[in-house]
Amino acid sequence: MWIKPEDLTVSQVQILNEAGDLVGEAPNLTSAQLIDMYRYMVIARAYDERVVRLQRQGRVGTYAPFSGQEAAQVGSAFALEKSDWVFPSYREVPALWVHGIPLENSLLYTMGHVHGARLPEGVNAFPVQIIIAGQTTQAMGSALASHYLGDKLVSLCYLGDGATSQGDFHESLNFASVWKLPAIYLIQNNQWAISMPRTRQSGSQTLAQKGLAYGIPGIQVDGNDVLAVYQVTQEAVARARAGEGPSIIEAVTFRMGPHTTSDDPTRYRSAQELEDWKQKDPIVRFKRYLLNEKLWDDGKEAALLQEAAEQIEQVVKAAEGKPKGTLEESFDYVYESLTPRLREQKAAVAKKEVR
Amino acid sequence: MATKLYIEAIREAISQEMRLDDSVFVMGEDVGVRGGVFRVTQGLYEEFGEMRVIDAPLAESAIAGVAIGAAAYGLKPIAEIQFADFILPAVNQIISEAAKMRYRSNNDWQCPLVVRAPYGGGVHGALYHSQSVEALFYHVPGLKVVMPSTAYDAKGLLISAIRDPDPVLFFEHKGLYRMVKDEVPDDIYTVPIGKAAVRRTGEDITVITYGLMAHYALEAAEELEKEGISAYVLDLRTVSPLDKEAILEAVRATGKVLIIHEDNKTGGVGAEVSAIISEEALFDLDAPIMRLCGPDIPAMPFSPTMERYYMLNPDKVAVAMRQLAAF
Repeated sequence: MWIKPEDLTVSQVQILNEAGDLVGEAPNLTSAQLIDMYRYMVIARAYDERVVRLQRQGRVGTYAPFSGQEAAQVGSAFALEKSDWVFPSYREVPALWVHGIPLENSLLYTMGHVHGARLPEGVNAFPVQIIIAGQTTQAMGSALASHYLGDKLVSLCYLGDGATSQGDFHESLNFASVWKLPAIYLIQNNQWAISMPRTRQSGSQTLAQKGLAYGIPGIQVDGNDVLAVYQVTQEAVARARAGEGPSIIEAVTFRMGPHTTSDDPTRYRSAQELEDWKQKDPIVRFKRYLLNEKLWDDGKEAALLQEAAEQIEQVVKAAEGKPKGTLEESFDYVYESLTPRLREQKAAVAKKEVR
Repeated sequence: MATKLYIEAIREAISQEMRLDDSVFVMGEDVGVRGGVFRVTQGLYEEFGEMRVIDAPLAESAIAGVAIGAAAYGLKPIAEIQFADFILPAVNQIISEAAKMRYRSNNDWQCPLVVRAPYGGGVHGALYHSQSVEALFYHVPGLKVVMPSTAYDAKGLLISAIRDPDPVLFFEHKGLYRMVKDEVPDDIYTVPIGKAAVRRTGEDITVITYGLMAHYALEAAEELEKEGISAYVLDLRTVSPLDKEAILEAVRATGKVLIIHEDNKTGGVGAEVSAIISEEALFDLDAPIMRLCGPDIPAMPFSPTMERYYMLNPDKVAVAMRQLAAF
């Protein structure tokens, strides 16, 4: 009998609908946790908008905005313990922030500061990945190490819809499945890989099912529903910690901005599509829920927006005030110790023989 | 002191380091139950078990990527690529990731990884089991590339590679596995990465080479000795970083330089060695720098006649050495 893709039925998990009404069972989160999630999302959005403006002013380099994807990132990162490992791609500022990387670090990175990729001690996150899906096999190396050491930690790997076409993603799935590694793939399907729509990226009905052939369970979730993302990530974390192996989560979301500040999405994407997705904005939806639950009000909202603006102002000030790195330093980070040739080249820079 | 085969020296380095340090593990295709297609890892699976001698699925990019993740996590992986020819699917992980891990994190992360791979021809391996790939990697900052020619060096350099905090590519000439036998201490010792070895001193000509070709050069030098030509032979042992001091000393010993490698000529290690000599020791030269290398055809031919044409041998090396001596 033929195994046919159309025989597979996939239903998207949703807990909050677009109007913010509860349509599923709410996860076990305290009021303080719910508000905390909302604060992360709101401040992250304000940060994203500010950094895009900074780029237009020439104060930071090329930047990949994440607006629209806050629920997918905050919801998933919230389901992790601080000691778990996060493998980010380049659009994961909110997830990294929740996991412990200050916004100032992310801004320094975007400014191209030589220390921008240095993480605070004790934050278990790998460096930002630029090569698409390059982090997937590395995440399995980390999960393999956890498996070997028995440290019960989970490695969560963020990737996008485009990354699911890469060979590394598939090689890593295979490895993860054979060794039943404590790993989670969090695919943010934001519908566009630069100009390539999801429909042309893959003939697969869903990205969640891409692990099935490898023996890995998957789930598709409304990626703009922070509660649903949190819930399914928690389930995947529990499976991983119990030694039951890897999982794939496809968070269906939308990149509201350009691929990066060098991109112009109006060249390939309709204004209507953006309008449709604005109706599903993850922050608006969650706010409605909090208002309904009487956990939030207009006064708190105004205070939060004010706080966000101030906090981001401080982040910008701190990052811009950071002493600049030196050219000499870059020779120090090639190997643990300088090779004779690097020593010569560094000395030439120090003597200002070259600039 | 016991004499050991090149392959035994490599195995001993791995097993001794694994006994000493629980964070060292081996991963690759057929390295476990089978003990590797060349039997380099024979007996390790039985001694250390499947978690430390990992039979990886057949995917080189994953072998490299998983090893990188594990290395960054704090383990010390020794990844085996079954044949150097198969390293190409893993090139992105090695060049874009392992080599740049320390740099792009400004020293926050390191990648203490060893990638071992058998390379080289002359064993009827044909196009895809014979290639020399060092030139693809010795160009890359952040990597170290080691190519030992003796059993003693193989053990000492591999132990150095395992302990090195940066990624090291360790290329083993498959022709040497059971051809070369020399004295290897039973104890653990290291040979420093980045240091060449003077295999022979001489006054007339200097040969700079590495790997299997070091043996051919020494054989040819013995032959030439009878003809009254005295050759200095420098075995690079590490092709990245190159031992510039040793290269310049070797050049100044005779003023005539022949660079030999099995890899094809264009853009090979010989090109860089030659450039170093031109930059730093041009006026010590009494003859143009000469290179003897594989031809610039894409790969080792399968036909035995053609393979003999492609491969260097001690006779071809002797001819080149005589030619240089006569200049």
